[in-house]
Order: sequence, then C-alpha cells, then structure tokens
Amino acid sequence: MAFLEIVGVRKSFGATVAVENFDLTVERGEFVSFLGPSGCGKTTTLRMVAGFEKPTAGRIVIDSVDVTDMPPNRRNIGMVFQSYALFPNMTVADNIGFGLKIARRPANEIRARVEELLRIIHMPEFGRRYPYQLSGGQQQRVALARALAIQPKLLLLDEPLSALDAKIRASLRQEIREIQRQLGITTIYVTHDQEEAMALSDRIVVMSRGRIEQIGTPFEVYNFPATRFVASFVGTLNLIQATVVDAAIGLLTVEGQPVRVASSLQSHRSGDAVSLAIRPELITLDGQVHREVNRLSGTVEDVTFLGSIVRVQVRFAAHRLHFDLFNNPQLRPPQPGSSITVQFAPEACLVLGEEASPAQSLSASAARAA
Amino acid sequence: MLKRFWPWFWFLVGAVYFLVPLYATFDFSLRARRGELSFAAYANVLNDIRFVESFWFSLQTALATIAISALVIVPTAYWVQLRLPRLRPVIEFFTLLPFVVPAVVLVFSLARTYSRTPLTDSREGLWVLLIGSYVILSFPYMYRAVDTGLRSINIHDLTEAAQSLGAGWFTILARVIFPNVYVALLSGAFITFAIVMGEFTIAALLAQPAFGPYMNRLASSRVYEPSALAIISFALTWAAIAAIQWIGQGSQARVAGPR
Repeated sequence: MAFLEIVGVRKSFGATVAVENFDLTVERGEFVSFLGPSGCGKTTTLRMVAGFEKPTAGRIVIDSVDVTDMPPNRRNIGMVFQSYALFPNMTVADNIGFGLKIARRPANEIRARVEELLRIIHMPEFGRRYPYQLSGGQQQRVALARALAIQPKLLLLDEPLSALDAKIRASLRQEIREIQRQLGITTIYVTHDQEEAMALSDRIVVMSRGRIEQIGTPFEVYNFPATRFVASFVGTLNLIQATVVDAAIGLLTVEGQPVRVASSLQSHRSGDAVSLAIRPELITLDGQVHREVNRLSGTVEDVTFLGSIVRVQVRFAAHRLHFDLFNNPQLRPPQPGSSITVQFAPEACLVLGEEASPAQSLSASAARAA
Repeated sequence: MLKRFWPWFWFLVGAVYFLVPLYATFDFSLRARRGELSFAAYANVLNDIRFVESFWFSLQTALATIAISALVIVPTAYWVQLRLPRLRPVIEFFTLLPFVVPAVVLVFSLARTYSRTPLTDSREGLWVLLIGSYVILSFPYMYRAVDTGLRSINIHDLTEAAQSLGAGWFTILARVIFPNVYVALLSGAFITFAIVMGEFTIAALLAQPAFGPYMNRLASSRVYEPSALAIISFALTWAAIAAIQWIGQGSQARVAGPR
C-alpha cells in the first residue's frame, strides 16, 4: 500500500473549482513535485495534504490513516513555506526546537536534536541568532530544519526557493535533495520552476487548471509529454504549423517541405492542420547525423551566445525555429542572413492537435520514440 | 535655503506653543513659597494620602483595563485578520464609536443598563463597570495598534507553521502571536494608561476615587499643587513613552524580517 494516497480529491471555493479529480499515490521515501503555472491548484492540493484546507470531496490517507478530517496540528507533517515563516521572537535554536517543546520532549533530547539539525544544515554556530540576523537562504535552511525536527511522516515544501536568488537557489536545491535522501523522508514539493522540479524529483505531477496533466519521472515528462500543455510548459519547444499529407505513413508538409514523423496519424486525415513540436536540442545542422532525417531549409535570423550553448534562430517562410549548438571556440557559429539547412529525426517530432483539442498522436509518437 | 527655513520655522512655532505653557506651569509650581523657588508644592502633593490613594486606584484600574483589553482585543484582531477579513470594516467602524459617543452618554447608558445588578450595587461592582467603560474607551487605540502590529508579521504563515509543528490555538496565541505583537500592544497599552490615569468624566459620575477627580478637586481648592500635579502627570506620561521605546527596541528589530 502506498504511503500517501490522495483519492478523488476536489476543492472548490464557492463557484471556483481549484482542484478536481486529483488522484495520486506516493511511496515511502519518494520525492514528488507538483509543477504548474500560478493558479493551477498545486498549492491548494499541498495545503489539503497539510490540513490547512479541507477537501470538498475525496480523501487523503497517510501511512494507512485517513487524515481528511484531522486538524493540521495532529497530522505530524513538516511544512516549509515560501516566506520561511520563522518565528521572529525566537532564536534559531528555539525555532528548530519549537515542535519538540510542543510535544513535551525532555530538554536534553531537544538540545541534542537541535544541535544535530544545525549540523545537518551546516549552521552549527547559528543557534543563538534571531531570524532577522540571517540571509534568506539561511532562514530557509532553518525553516527546513524546524520542519524536520519533529521527525514528520511527510515533508511538504511550498515553493521554498522562490524568494531566493538564482545562485543560492541552485545550491539550496542540491542541499534539500541531499538531506531528503539522507533522511529518507517522503516529500512533496510545490514549484512553478520546471528545472527545479526536474532536478529534485523522483516523479513530477504536472498540473493545469486544477487537474493533473501528467504524472511521470522527469525523463518521461520532458521527453514524452502526455498533453499539449505539458509539451509547451515543460522545457523549450518549437511549434510549427504543418499540414497532414498522408496520415497512414505520418507524412506532413511544412511550407512545402516534407516532414516525416515516427508514427502514423490515425486520428487525422489528409489536409488537416496540426502543430509540430520539436525540442531545440533535437535539431542539428545538416550533415551531423547519418540516418533518416527531416530537413528544413531557411535563413539564419539571429544567433545568441549563451555560454556553453549557442542558440540559433532560423526563419523559413512564416515560421521561426530555434536550435542549440554546443559552444566550440574552434568552430564559427552560423552568421545571421546566411542560408542554413537543419535536420531532425522523425522521432523528435511531436504532433499536436489544433489549439482547443487535446494532444493527438503525442503519446503514440512518444511511445514509439521510447 | 528657504526650503530649510520653513520646516524649522514651523517646528519652532510648534515647540514654543507646546513648551511655553509647560514651562509656565512648571515655573508657577515652584513658587509655592513667597520669594523663593522650591519644590514645596510637589512635596505637598506627594505627601497627600489622597494623592497616593487616587494614584494607586487609577494605576490598578489602568493595569486591569490594559490586561482585559489585551486579552479581548489581541485574539479578536488576530481572528479577524486570519479568518474573517471581511469583518474588518465593521470592526473598524466599532472602533470609531468611542470617539463619537460622549463619555457622559456612555456612562449613563452603562449605569442605566446595569442598574439593579451587582455592578451598580457595590463598590467593587462599580469598579468593574468603570473598567468596562475604560475598555470601551481604549478600544480604538488598542485595536488599531494591535491590528497594525499583526499586519507587520505574516500571521497566516506563522499560524500554519506553528500548527504544522503541533501547536494548538492557545499555544499559537501565547507563544507566537502575543510575543510578536508585543511592541504594538505596548504602545496601545501606554495610550490606554495615559487615558485612564487622566480620565475624569466616567470616574466622577461613577463616584470612583480616581486620579482624574482628585486632580479636579485639587484644582478647585489649592493654588500651586495642581500645577505640580500637572507636571507630575506629564513626567509619568513621558516616562511611559520612553519605556515603550526602550522595551520595544529589541522586539522591533526582531520582527524587521530578512535582510
């Protein structure tokens, strides 16, 4: 039986439905991220797990105990907030030991546990400081230690790194993952940052408009998006308008240039307009790959140097397409205005239906590519 | 140059307007003995047993008012901000009522409402009624001070953080909310203190031996002592304000937030 079960959960605020048909099982020790844009219901779901919101329907089971109606202070769940939420009137040590004091643990046990956690977060000498004397990153590490001090069954993190600058975010991200692995604690992490979700998670739950779009490992979610939303939200994507020429063999045309996809387009007919989605890193310069490829010719419009990679923007007819080249000081990157031919494998193409409709042959294409 | 002149000019006008009468009162209070400056009037006031009794009575009343106000208003303001934000305009309207309803009307309404009850039948009952009246009078100052204090901290997240760590409502209020609105509460408390110590109308109409009626009686029967008493009152009020500043320094820094 799964450690955390969220079964048929729905949450509405008046007429507004924030979360609908939410089903998820999380195994013990697993790190799962809720990923989605603002307002997609990820924080509401997390708050329902924490007990701060009551589901309108459905149930939440933690370690075989139905906690749906249990108040938050009896759930034994550690939570880390975006705003840190450290108690300003208490020192770092008092903050970390707060939950243990509430649980009436002996003073020497509290002291030992606080010292242990201060070591874990690499702040052993900060116990007597107040939150206002710490940087944002340090405050968030203390908030993490405070949540872990009570040895919670579940650790919930609500966009804990959003208020921090990029460099600290990256290092703290790594630290959170290391601590989570070290303690083996089941963790739910809410973020709108796809890179963060992919770097941290065992599995990602991609959400949109209160619903789950896809649940999968970072590899699956990135490479084989289940819906048009996931394809466009996770990672950078080139979207090109194409027309179906022969659905049975997966042949399309883009501005008169033929493009073949890996699967047949069973739900389409010849003449249908579709969107072709291609990741920039799956496009290469002509001649770099020796197998069946699609080729598109156009003009280099812009070249952006991004350090380790060079992003090239190519225009052909009404379309723009981006692709990335690894930076090589020995090779001159393409020059704006020059003609260029790019290539990509049929497996790199995801065919999406028209705007309003869900993904069509996306899953089939993904499965075949896998 | 003119830009600097006018602020200083108005500051000096204000200072003169405030300090000259104060200095005149102080100077007058020192002339109890003919031909010399002395603190005789102060000695007379401080040696008067009625001063000590009325001051002690008002001090106890002020402390009781502050305690009851804090116990009622902090949880109320906290709950309104946390769970009933739509009620804020209603509560703010109520906070204006003590400014609109005159003290005379308030005390007669209370006396009439609670007539023939233990509250008006005994000295202790009248004292409770007096404290109740002062809680109403101090409501605007206490509520607004506490409300501002609560707004300066993220009570939603602090509450939820404490809940997730196992704390119940009483613990959250006592160990998280109260200590973090301590400075705001203190400023409201000292305004309440100043109001209660000098209040005359309600105390006189309820026939209570308070400091306000004592000052009034003294003013009608003595010459120099009322001035000395006025200076003593000022000194006490300023001491209270200084205490707010001193006690609040550390706490203000702690709630200042991340650098």
